[in-house]
Amino acid sequence: MTTAPSELESAEVDEAIELSPPWVTVVWNDPVNLMDYVTFVFQTYFGYSKQKAEKLMLQVHQEGKSAVSNGNREAMERDVEAMHTYGLWATCEKS
Amino acid sequence: MTRFRRRRKTVVVSFAEHEADILANLLRNLVELLYDGLPPRATESSDPLAALLDSDGPTSPPEDVVLQRLLPDAYKQDDMASSEFRRFTERGLREGKVTDAKRVLSALEESGADEIALEPDEQLSWLRALNDLRLAIGTRLDIKDEDDYSTWEKLPDDDPRRLTYDLYDWLGYLQSALLHNMR
Repeated sequence: MTTAPSELESAEVDEAIELSPPWVTVVWNDPVNLMDYVTFVFQTYFGYSKQKAEKLMLQVHQEGKSAVSNGNREAMERDVEAMHTYGLWATCEKS
Repeated sequence: MTRFRRRRKTVVVSFAEHEADILANLLRNLVELLYDGLPPRATESSDPLAALLDSDGPTSPPEDVVLQRLLPDAYKQDDMASSEFRRFTERGLREGKVTDAKRVLSALEESGADEIALEPDEQLSWLRALNDLRLAIGTRLDIKDEDDYSTWEKLPDDDPRRLTYDLYDWLGYLQSALLHNMR
């Protein structure tokens, strides 16, 4: 699992946590969802920039999956639930 | 012909009457499917704690392939964790999808062939409902990642999947046009 490089931009984040986030939300590629829609969901729900959202969307599309957020298990379950609300195929994984 | 245009933050959509009817029928089917197989909510008298915690949901995945796609497992290799997650969230997820679909449905029913003005929060409901319809139809058609899209585009007219694929394609156009007219 790769961490999106832009995750590392935030200087205030505790280094130990940043290097080893306990859980991640993984979004999986599927043949139905439109690329623009997936980008829109990443922007709308996570508040990511268009650039970051597009990068994650392309990773899903080209590599089959992408870790789109990280944090504690409870937070990741909330993210997974939200992705399902939008119709994206997401799972909770240990990073 | 369906048309979209932007008016500040509002998106105005107009359907031909038969298009509005088709979309409404698809949404009614989706609502029915989402209600299907969902056990009634625990009432106050039967288990007040379960009702309070919203923990009386299903614990195993639905049998229908479309519902499996709309309400997927939250863990890939942990059935127990998936089951627990489902127990607490599946009911809410179904209800949210029904709410979105019904919102679109009532807008279509109220407007008839008139223009429908969508405010930003309605636009979200429309996007999600259109996406759920595409997921449902795409799953029924068994569209796969590795499929060559031109084979779908070039289905002969007498292929039984032709009409369904055209609907799927049209829904994609609607979703994409709505998205591009937003904000």
